[in-house]
Amino acid sequence: MQVYLDNNATTMTDPAVVEAMQPFFSEIYGNPNSLHKFGTASHPALRNAMNQLYSAINAADEDDIVITSCATESNNWVLKSVWVDHILNGDKNHIVTSEVEHPAILSTCKFLEEQGVKVTYLPVNDQGIVEAHTVKSFITEKTALVTIMWASNETGMIFPIKEIGEICKEKGVLFHTDGVQAVGKIPVDLQDVHVDFMSMSAHKFHGPKGVGALYIKNSQPLTPLMHGGEHMGGRRSGTLNVPYIVGMGKAIELATENIEEKMASIRAKRDRLEDALLELPDTFVVGDRENRTPNTILISIKGVEGEGMLWDLNNTQIGASTGSACASEDLEANSVMLAIGADNELAHTGIRLSLSRFTTDAEIDYTIAQFKNAVARLRAISSSYAIQKPTKGGEALECELHHH
Amino acid sequence: MAKNDLLGASLWDAYSNKVTTLMNNPQHQGEISEAEAEARGNQLIVADFGAESCGDAVRLYWEIDPKTDKIVNSKFKSFGCGTAIASSDVMTDLCIGKTVDEAVKITNIDVEFALRDDPDTPAVPPQKMHCSVMAYDVIKKAAGLYKGVDPESFEEEIIVCECARVSLGTLKEVIKLNDLKTVEQITDYTKAGGFCKSCIKPGGHEAREYYLVDILADTRREMDEEKMKAAADAGTSGKFEEMTLVQQIKAVDAIVDENVRQFLVMDGGDMEVIDIKTGDEYIDIYIRYLGACNGCASSSTGTLYAIESTLKEKLSQKIRVLPI
Repeated sequence: MQVYLDNNATTMTDPAVVEAMQPFFSEIYGNPNSLHKFGTASHPALRNAMNQLYSAINAADEDDIVITSCATESNNWVLKSVWVDHILNGDKNHIVTSEVEHPAILSTCKFLEEQGVKVTYLPVNDQGIVEAHTVKSFITEKTALVTIMWASNETGMIFPIKEIGEICKEKGVLFHTDGVQAVGKIPVDLQDVHVDFMSMSAHKFHGPKGVGALYIKNSQPLTPLMHGGEHMGGRRSGTLNVPYIVGMGKAIELATENIEEKMASIRAKRDRLEDALLELPDTFVVGDRENRTPNTILISIKGVEGEGMLWDLNNTQIGASTGSACASEDLEANSVMLAIGADNELAHTGIRLSLSRFTTDAEIDYTIAQFKNAVARLRAISSSYAIQKPTKGGEALECELHHH
Repeated sequence: MAKNDLLGASLWDAYSNKVTTLMNNPQHQGEISEAEAEARGNQLIVADFGAESCGDAVRLYWEIDPKTDKIVNSKFKSFGCGTAIASSDVMTDLCIGKTVDEAVKITNIDVEFALRDDPDTPAVPPQKMHCSVMAYDVIKKAAGLYKGVDPESFEEEIIVCECARVSLGTLKEVIKLNDLKTVEQITDYTKAGGFCKSCIKPGGHEAREYYLVDILADTRREMDEEKMKAAADAGTSGKFEEMTLVQQIKAVDAIVDENVRQFLVMDGGDMEVIDIKTGDEYIDIYIRYLGACNGCASSSTGTLYAIESTLKEKLSQKIRVLPI
């Protein structure tokens, strides 16, 4: 058996999505901007996809959902264009974000800091979320934008987007949320919460990679990131990626129809897995279940180093993550673990398991068994569980020279 | 960045078979208790290096025959990734049968080499080279405990790059000898900074005491100072060609003051040195006449000749004086 439990990194494209995309490669391939019938043949499917997107996140007709290449592009677009529109060509100079955002936000903020923008990185509480009152206290008259993720890729924790939205509205500050981990996992209703901009990505909800979107409330102005032809009403140039737009529409529809039911089903499996793993001594899971995306577990296992654990899981055909897929090659401590103030020791013991609607009960059973075996093997090797104490003077100081 | 770097490496595929075999099934994992060692009349040494909070920790056990100082048995425990486990395992293997004095000579490079399937292919990808460094550190610590000395005393030089074991002294020498100007050149010449990259600049995998960027800057500054000092020495010893521009201008001024200026001033004129340009054949000294000299017929003939011949005689035969 093989089990894919890294769905916060990316998901399997739903075969129904692939099927919906199929005609738009070699059969209906015209450029939608062309006047001839080859071009216009794709229009019904594109319109359908847009309807699927608008309805999935309950966007109003006066709002824009602009198709991009990925959420990284959407995030860059908002940050860089708010900089151009309101800082370079306005009287603002400040952006508020959090310490636990995705690199697409954090690296862009670092870039903007190099350009002279002031950026405040808000801390998270012990649940790994930014509290609304913290956001409120850091907004100044110079603040152009608040950007806070809807849900964390690493912990699955859901941020108080409704409250933060109200605060931003009241203060007259633009509000962007990286909705990548929320859309398709939990209900997202953009007429219920006040959000000016929201980024999303199809491959996180069983759509194809290489396509995403930016939601823009009330079609408000935002200088384009991609200049070119008059695609997407001039908001984002580049020939429309027809099959992928169709695929994203189909994927978001499949992910969000009866979402409560899907959530309950995924959550039941997740909770069962979580309960079983927590039977292991010296373990804990980050964040309250009730306020977490229903598919995610970030568990710390004392004495077991994260990458070592991934290796053992991989040997049993189970794919998991030590946190962010981006971080798994650079040997860093889990930054979210550090940000939530977890003991330094635990920053290297985090394993993230993220389920999908395709995860089966049999896979959960298999994972529970293999996971426990791996922990047993690695703890048997682990110095953390050694009995014989070091010779006097041979104890390691906390992190001697080797620290992060 | 180039074609091979754009998609990122598949880290685990770069491990040697030995590494993966030992990761999955370490041979010397375990403990030796005080009682076991005593029962065999041996001394137990247990040393820790690293900590869970660092992401890497190893505990090394040596059972030593006190009559021969020989390590008769050795085990390890490790909190770390698979390569840390494999490195610890091979380290333990290398220790067994050696005396403490022999064991302390084992370096991380020996450990990595022992993990290779064939001598020419590294056992682990560059960013994992660091895992074997702990093996070296913990051996020094164990040896220090046994001999009752500071583990640092085994280190004869300051190691800047632990992965490639390149010392501060070597780095400075190589930078100077080859006139290196970038960190990339340092890596090409010495391998330092080519692995986990921690030693390149602050903010890497781990904090270091010395960084290549600082060593490069300091050494370049030292080189400049040496050059200046050499030039200054040349100035006092009178080698005009080797002086810096400022020294040359000062030297010319001094000669003019001593031998020429008084005559110009007597006639209501003066001169100043504008610039000095050193070519292959000539050293051109550009001057400007002031006051009455300006436009005086002799200024381009007799006076000029007098100035030039004085400077040639006192400073260098290559000098040409060019009024502008």
